[in-house]
Amino acid sequence: MTVGLFIPCYVDQFYPGAAIATLQLLEKLGVNVVYPQNQTCCGQPMANSGFEHLTSGCNRLFLENFADFDYIVAPSGSCVLHVREHLHDEKIAGQAAGVSKKVYELTSFLTDILNVESLPSRFPFKVGVHQSCHGQRGLHLSQMSELVAPAFSKPGKLLNMVKDIEIIQLDRVDECCGFGGTFCVAEEAVSAKMGKDRVADHLRHGAQFITGVDMSCLMHMEGILRRQKSETKVIHIAEILNAE
Amino acid sequence: MEKHDKDHAELSEVFNKDEDRVNWHDETLWWVRAKRDKAVNQLPEWETLRDLASQIKHNVLGSLDIYLEQFEKNALANGVHVHWATDAEEHNKIVYQLLTEKSINRMVKSKSMLTEECGLNDYLAEHGIEVIDSDLGERIVQLAKEHPSHIVLPCIHKKKEEIGELFHEHLGTPAGVSDPQFLTETARQHLREVFLTRRAALTGVNFAIAETGEFVVCTNEGNADMGAHLADIHIASMGIEKLIPERKHLGVFLRLLTRSATGQPITTYSSHFKSPAEGKEMHIILVDNGRTTQLGREDFRNSLKCIRCGACMNTCPVYRRSGGHSYQNAIAGPIGSILAPNLDMEAHADLPFASTLCGSCSNVCPVKINIHEQLYKWRQVIVQSGKAPAGKKMTMKAMDITLSSPGAYRFAGKAGRLALKFIPFAVNNNLNPWYKHREMPEPPAQSFREWYRSNRNSK
Repeated sequence: MTVGLFIPCYVDQFYPGAAIATLQLLEKLGVNVVYPQNQTCCGQPMANSGFEHLTSGCNRLFLENFADFDYIVAPSGSCVLHVREHLHDEKIAGQAAGVSKKVYELTSFLTDILNVESLPSRFPFKVGVHQSCHGQRGLHLSQMSELVAPAFSKPGKLLNMVKDIEIIQLDRVDECCGFGGTFCVAEEAVSAKMGKDRVADHLRHGAQFITGVDMSCLMHMEGILRRQKSETKVIHIAEILNAE
Repeated sequence: MEKHDKDHAELSEVFNKDEDRVNWHDETLWWVRAKRDKAVNQLPEWETLRDLASQIKHNVLGSLDIYLEQFEKNALANGVHVHWATDAEEHNKIVYQLLTEKSINRMVKSKSMLTEECGLNDYLAEHGIEVIDSDLGERIVQLAKEHPSHIVLPCIHKKKEEIGELFHEHLGTPAGVSDPQFLTETARQHLREVFLTRRAALTGVNFAIAETGEFVVCTNEGNADMGAHLADIHIASMGIEKLIPERKHLGVFLRLLTRSATGQPITTYSSHFKSPAEGKEMHIILVDNGRTTQLGREDFRNSLKCIRCGACMNTCPVYRRSGGHSYQNAIAGPIGSILAPNLDMEAHADLPFASTLCGSCSNVCPVKINIHEQLYKWRQVIVQSGKAPAGKKMTMKAMDITLSSPGAYRFAGKAGRLALKFIPFAVNNNLNPWYKHREMPEPPAQSFREWYRSNRNSK
């Protein structure tokens, strides 16, 4: 099995640690991983701003870079959801549909495809888990608090395999952090307030780290934590699962 | 409708100047959401009910013309007068005409978001007719000369002290009194006089049943009943999408409505109106006002399934922190943001962007409207029709050029990270909205791609 590593643009540029951890974790689990070096961005920032019609270049590049892999894995729920829902190319519609089905967010790839049951990782800290909306409500990585349905969590299942980790409980289990792509600057006041409130919930319950499947939400909360000169850090879930 | 001076983002910024109030507003509505969660979790069949309601409404929207004619025929047979209004103005004129024919210049009205949508109160006031809203929350915003900020909880933005002041000014309560029980009793006495003296009453309609020609009005205060039973003429205004095919379907919707809205099992009053009492008149106004246009928009059609429970507002993290008035539409929140652009895309171009697309709204919706997906789709429609701000277009075009070319992307990435690292003042200032409340990410020494090239064989 060969996996194409899809690294979201802002992770490539600002959070290489999350990408390195993803690569190392997959390799540790015996997967042959290739990082196609001409990838850029899935086009989500434009599409969510109403400019989906400008994303054909991104779509074409994505298909060129990833069409040949057995699976495509990314450490992001949001970018994966975008590709799943919006990757298209009029000239090769069938191929685009086939490729988008092969795209997996990291934790669901580990639980659903690799069927990981144990991990050698250890992370002796109090950790708050942020449910990123696109991963949770879009990709159904974990049960949503609005529904009357049995609880489950793919990221949670993996975190439970980590030695010495303490997962804290939150007052609001799955409220949005307010990042929302360009929303974070276009609706600055509400976005920042949502971020502050989300961070406060984690701090109130003693989180030393806030983790999640999406670095974008974590980047948002990190910006607020650092402004408050908090000791609490953000960390991508891949870095915890890869920690020893 | 005219273009608004301020958009949702600007009004939200004003709302957020008072953080304590934002916290209070957020927590009050979150409490309602939590009550809803508790109520729905007592029904194991909850998700099945949502599916069923959604499918019933799907059927209604697919054969709306047939159900409307069936409803009209049965209502007429019940002795009810039926009127058809193409738009808000026609609706308002019909009400005005019905009142003037009977020389009535004072009317009592129970809650009807449709009349808010149509601007009925202002229209009648301009024509010399006084309207008193009998829903307590609506009466409060009416006294404050404001509009409801929430479709179920019209004065949720007001603290009890502010209501006390309003009552002191308008209803003569002692200054400084804000005890809810005392204020409610004052409102009861005030409204009792209104109920007893008004010859005309207008109500909304929650559900209209095609099979029987009857309609159902849900209230917690009994104010619709008090108004309608005491008046000589009862006018019921309803959007054409309020229909359900048969009486038996009502059970599905009544179980969903109030659990979603407030966490109650059912409204205190679910009143069925079928035919007028002897010597009295009952009129139904069937209002289109853009609904058939929305019905013709395939991507947005099922927004017409809405039963106005307000659950999407209570759960919306943006609504809770921006307040209903920031939406500048009779119906605020997520559902308002997908309904409003249908009525006037230019005036409401900001609303589909007033969301993080988190999707919580679609999950609480009792009729399973895909609200957040429609917000996404409205964004595309608004941009394609040239309603996006010019600055945004330039940014997006530049983003497209950069992201479509690996070389340009690598260069821009390097430039971006270098800029962050070496000239932080260029971005870390108040011209950058991010920086107002958040630090910028710390730029790493190298990108992942650079790391990969030096740590893995280039493949």
